[in-house]
Amino acid sequence: MTGTAHAAFRRLFNEIGPVDHVGIEERVAKYTTRSIKKGSKLFGLKLAASMVDLTTLEGKDTPGKVESLCQKALSPAEDPAVPMVAAVCVYPAMVKYARRALGEDTPVRIASVATAFPSGQAPLKTRLAEVRSAVADGADEIDMVINRGAFLSGEFQLVQDEIAAVLQACGPATLKVILEVSELETYDNIRAASFLAMRVLRPNDFIKTSTGKTTLNATLGNNQVMLEAIRDFYLDTGTPIAMKPAGGIRTAKQALQFLIAVKETLGDEWLNNTRYRFGASSLLNDLLRQIEKERTGAYQAPYYFSEAAESY
Amino acid sequence: MPTLTSAKKFPRPAFRAHGRPAPELIFGDLWEFDPAPETADPKLKPRYELFIGGKFVAPASGKYFDSINPANESKLAEIAHGSAADVDAAYQAAKKAYDTVWGKMPGKERAKYIYRIARLLQDRAREFAVAETMDGGKPIKESRDFDIPMAAAHFFYHAGWADKLDYVAPGRKVAPLGVVGQVIPWNFPLLMMAWKLAPALAMGNCVVIKPAETTSITALKLAEIFQDAGLPAGVVNIVTGFGDTGAAVMGHPIAAKVAFTGSTEVGKIIMRSLAGTDKKMTMELGGKAANIVFDDAPIDQAVEGIVNGIFFNQGHVCCAGSRLLVQETVAAEVLAKLKNRIKVLRVGDPLDKNTDLGAINSQEQLATITRLVAAGVKEGATMFQSPCKLPAKGYYFRPTVFSGVSMSHRIAREEIFGPVLSVLTFRTVDEAVEKANNTAYGLSAGVWTDKGSRILKMSSELKAGVVWANTYNKFDPTSPFGGYKESGFGREGGRQGLLDYCKLV
Repeated sequence: MTGTAHAAFRRLFNEIGPVDHVGIEERVAKYTTRSIKKGSKLFGLKLAASMVDLTTLEGKDTPGKVESLCQKALSPAEDPAVPMVAAVCVYPAMVKYARRALGEDTPVRIASVATAFPSGQAPLKTRLAEVRSAVADGADEIDMVINRGAFLSGEFQLVQDEIAAVLQACGPATLKVILEVSELETYDNIRAASFLAMRVLRPNDFIKTSTGKTTLNATLGNNQVMLEAIRDFYLDTGTPIAMKPAGGIRTAKQALQFLIAVKETLGDEWLNNTRYRFGASSLLNDLLRQIEKERTGAYQAPYYFSEAAESY
Repeated sequence: MPTLTSAKKFPRPAFRAHGRPAPELIFGDLWEFDPAPETADPKLKPRYELFIGGKFVAPASGKYFDSINPANESKLAEIAHGSAADVDAAYQAAKKAYDTVWGKMPGKERAKYIYRIARLLQDRAREFAVAETMDGGKPIKESRDFDIPMAAAHFFYHAGWADKLDYVAPGRKVAPLGVVGQVIPWNFPLLMMAWKLAPALAMGNCVVIKPAETTSITALKLAEIFQDAGLPAGVVNIVTGFGDTGAAVMGHPIAAKVAFTGSTEVGKIIMRSLAGTDKKMTMELGGKAANIVFDDAPIDQAVEGIVNGIFFNQGHVCCAGSRLLVQETVAAEVLAKLKNRIKVLRVGDPLDKNTDLGAINSQEQLATITRLVAAGVKEGATMFQSPCKLPAKGYYFRPTVFSGVSMSHRIAREEIFGPVLSVLTFRTVDEAVEKANNTAYGLSAGVWTDKGSRILKMSSELKAGVVWANTYNKFDPTSPFGGYKESGFGREGGRQGLLDYCKLV
């Protein structure tokens, strides 16, 4: 790390305060001992289902697969009490097929991972063009990746300028800023990157943990660091930023633990799909399976639930 | 040189410019948790007798008293009221066991019994956790995740020492003291029993022990385990009762050593009564620990540590971080974060797995806490209490934080032994040390800072038996625990704890 980069980090850390790794792990371990039963469990499961960004991000995605994903998003289960998911999340080239499948007048939003996802290693011009094209094709939300290289070399201005440029290219579309936490290495860096992004974003834009394409994705620990950053920023500025953990959340039990973290860190105003999302695909069927278990008292075989897409 | 993007470049909606109130978080009931009670059977008996000479025996007086569940004020069981005659019988049984069996037994044989006790306790962990929670009021998640496993860990640890006592004091040989008398408190009933028994037994002593009157049940359940483990009769004798029983246990002529954990007030009475005798003593008494937060600390994790420090076991902890010393520059931030954290603490039925703070141990303790909190209000400190709902029946107290406290306030000097935190501020490191040490107690302290050198400086200057850095209330059987000044003397745990149960020969 160069001297200048070091100074930049020191300045930013001084401003936003440090994070203690051991302390964070200890805090989130308490969420896993919460015991959610009966009515509160059903509420939590349905809430989680309504927060899912149902995702397929594969090289082998086809218009047909995206269509079936959209179908699943609109009616996850036969039970009408099960809510629709919040959004589908696809590559930019698939946005137009998603729009065709969902129609214009649908509560399910279309999110697209633009900006040379997952590496972000394309010229800014190319990345912005990708964002504009996704929005033009009908994307309601853009999931961008930050420039991790710039962040790690302390070029914070560049990181923020790029986010601001993408924000402009988004127009009315909601922006989700992927920090790619596994490449930021430390909780201190995750907190720092959260602040850099939040200082540029509009109310109810998102910060998001990860692309799902690296070794480590959303954990209760990095989720907590980001929730606390959102809380501090909100209490300081009044601007509410939304949160999306993505990747690695496969079971209903995990999802409930993430929601307990939201409930106890940010409170009731973040317990909705405007302010909190899950980037996941296999999670949805586990939620449905648990909801069905609460309704019938018995677990159904996994093959009773239609596959939407392969997990990531 | 890179600079941070200023707010001017990307203007944010100016909420507060339009006269809107400062943003607040809403911790409401949008997602309320349903009751999640632990349902394991605590296997309680309607009546508990004394445990003397390996058998459950009725008290000489024929008297019993009720053990109350502080969570709902219902009667759990009848407990025998032991008298001086019962205590004497217990000492005779202990002496016989010491002279004929336990004192002569090789350490490796004693170890087998202690290991067996530890394993049987693990086998019945859930049952013991529920019993502990019903008897004492602590949240089930604490008895399940802390008290019972830690009690078993103490037996395991000391069992490991029993055949290695030749190495506990390098260059010296050790020998047991004989029969020891022990009196334990009500805040961690089973755990304190394990802390006392395990080193005594490993060293080859026999024991007469008196649990606190409000929490005798798990001690007598542990006696069932002694029977199941085949522990020779008389090695451990349990005499239940009140202060008079305790006085008899401490003062008996057979006792070669007495060990007491409890209030400083009672500790002083015991020490006075034993002055001039040749009994060895160890005392683990009260505390008024300073938890010190510097401005470079990770604030959220410090807040978590403050919460662990004072609200663990409803603040019924002798090493509770009951005085928060926070550096002026971050005082407002720490207090604001602390309040938000306290709002999500769940107070209520101790058997509910989601309960963070359970019931206050007894009506008497509730009255003490209430009295001291009233004194805090009267002396002009600013009180914040959690807005949580409390159950209609049972002994409960809201998590309470006093700010604007000065060193002369009673709530900054006296041990409250409840969920009540006093917040004081400081400006310099020296002032922090000065204020932290300005107390009659010296059991524990906490330091929160990102600066390693400051941790080392503080830990050598704080007059406290334990100093936790960037954490609080961490325990381990290998780590000695005990106090300075009026917090007592002698250590429990580790090699040092063992040495308090032997003579060097």
